[in-house]
Amino acid sequence: MTDQVLSALSAPGTSAGLNVPRHRRGVLRWWVLALLIAFLAFMLAPIFLALNNALKSAADYATNGPLALPTSLDFTGVVGFWDYVDFPKKLWNSLLLSACAALFGVALSLFNAYAIGIGRIKGGRVMLVILLLGIMIPQESLVYPLYYIAKSVGIYDSLFSVIIIFTVLQSIFGTYLLSAVLTSFPREILEAARVDGANRWQILWYVITPILRPTLAVLATFYFIWTWNEFLIPLVLLISNTNQTVSVALGNLSGQYVSQPTITAAASLLGILPTVIFFLIFQRTLTKGVVVGAVK
Amino acid sequence: MATVTKSYRQNNSAYWLYLFPGLIGFVLVVGIPFLMNIGISFTKWRGIRMPTFIGLENYERLITDGAFWMSLQHTLFFVVAMAVVPTIISLIVASVLFDYVSARFGQQMSSFFRAGYYLPQILPISVAGVLWGWILNPHGVLNLILDATGLGALSSNWLGDQTLAIYSLGFVMVWLQIGYSLVIFMAGLARVDPALYEAAELDGAGAAQRFWYVTIPMLRPEIFVIGLTTTIAALKVFAPVYVMTNGGPDNATLVPSFFSYYHFFSTVRIGYGAAIATAQTAITIVLALIFLWVQARQTEEAAHD
Repeated sequence: MTDQVLSALSAPGTSAGLNVPRHRRGVLRWWVLALLIAFLAFMLAPIFLALNNALKSAADYATNGPLALPTSLDFTGVVGFWDYVDFPKKLWNSLLLSACAALFGVALSLFNAYAIGIGRIKGGRVMLVILLLGIMIPQESLVYPLYYIAKSVGIYDSLFSVIIIFTVLQSIFGTYLLSAVLTSFPREILEAARVDGANRWQILWYVITPILRPTLAVLATFYFIWTWNEFLIPLVLLISNTNQTVSVALGNLSGQYVSQPTITAAASLLGILPTVIFFLIFQRTLTKGVVVGAVK
Repeated sequence: MATVTKSYRQNNSAYWLYLFPGLIGFVLVVGIPFLMNIGISFTKWRGIRMPTFIGLENYERLITDGAFWMSLQHTLFFVVAMAVVPTIISLIVASVLFDYVSARFGQQMSSFFRAGYYLPQILPISVAGVLWGWILNPHGVLNLILDATGLGALSSNWLGDQTLAIYSLGFVMVWLQIGYSLVIFMAGLARVDPALYEAAELDGAGAAQRFWYVTIPMLRPEIFVIGLTTTIAALKVFAPVYVMTNGGPDNATLVPSFFSYYHFFSTVRIGYGAAIATAQTAITIVLALIFLWVQARQTEEAAHD
């Protein structure tokens, strides 16, 4: 395959590239760099604009426009939005929901995958196909029945119901991933543990979990961030102000502050900040995880 | 021998215990609601009292509903904005970073750019929506900048204009999605031996040829994974539409997800909303299966080569 590519490339007539003079190439590299920087500026501009305008006073914005740096740091917008939506409460709700969904979701994925991948229970394959279909089902076709069920059993408008829902929804992906991993788990290790007298629970807890720890960490990170960013189901199920998540609180702002641009900028900034912080914290596991996901 | 098999089987069935919580959860959160939704789609229901069975009436209405077909067209548009355009852009950027920047400015420089381009991808979509809603509204940042730079003639009601609104949304989705495919492509390229590029270069392959004959074939598996996941995501677009345009102006940005949400919770025609959601699910699953089938065939062919 590689040889084919190379021989195709070395066909006569394509060797002009070598004759490019050194100095022209030297200039070209700066052009490429300039283009990449321009593209980076474009990608980051909205985030910079939010930061820049969240920290200036409304009067400053009105006179000097959105591009000028703040004449003096002003936290009116940030404090205004923070107090208006009771931001600490929203942060706590989002944190609690995402952390629980991540933790329980990983545990559930591991249990499922243990039964399917190691236990090789009957119908395991069929179950994986059903789970795969479960990933594809748009949440829109679950949301009304979930809303109705939550209402009729009295867990509507509570974080509890949303935690259960996301624990299950997130665990589908992990079940799929971990089942594949555990199916190819070295049988000799399990056999050795069994000979040493370990029961099923001990094998899972003392043998498999430590070996899978990096993968489980990646899964938990994904679950956390995915749940943090979820919108539709929290929007429908968490109706009261005290139960809403950051995502929903932000989404419900739409157009409310058109006349107060610095407050909207502050809201965006407060919405962006937690995810940037998570990103920095999780960066290592995340980069590894993306690689895992891509190779899979 | 027979006893061994028997004890093995007993062993196996004990694993069912571990599947039990997950199975119950799946049935309660996905299985039952999914079937309920299909059931509701055959009824007329206002959410109170009992639903009345009306057979296929909702679906009959659906296929003659102009708004539904419009929402499907917009979905197609979002497939372009989320699956096609960002994939092409990030293929080019990834190969420039890998083949050119890494070689001439070092690995760190290319990692720096990758991290920067990835940043929008980590934002919750509702936050991105608020951010861009703020930039694109008639008195928003973009128009102020255009006015200030003497391009005032170009300023428009980006999200409120019948024809512009969908393009504005598509633009925001491209901005959001680039990081995702870029990071996966860069990870895929890490698999490729840089010597391959050097050899190709020595053999006289220009940048465009290296891109076409080395990068693209190498990244084929990643292109498939990204094609599948972003296409499915495009079929489900909800939050950006909800936050930035509410499906408007005059249905110009209506998508199936928002359409069913609207009927569930605004007009409270739950049967009709359920029919929309069911149709959307069917389309998603069929498309995904086609994708997986094509992928399976491609891998088979590659194996035969």
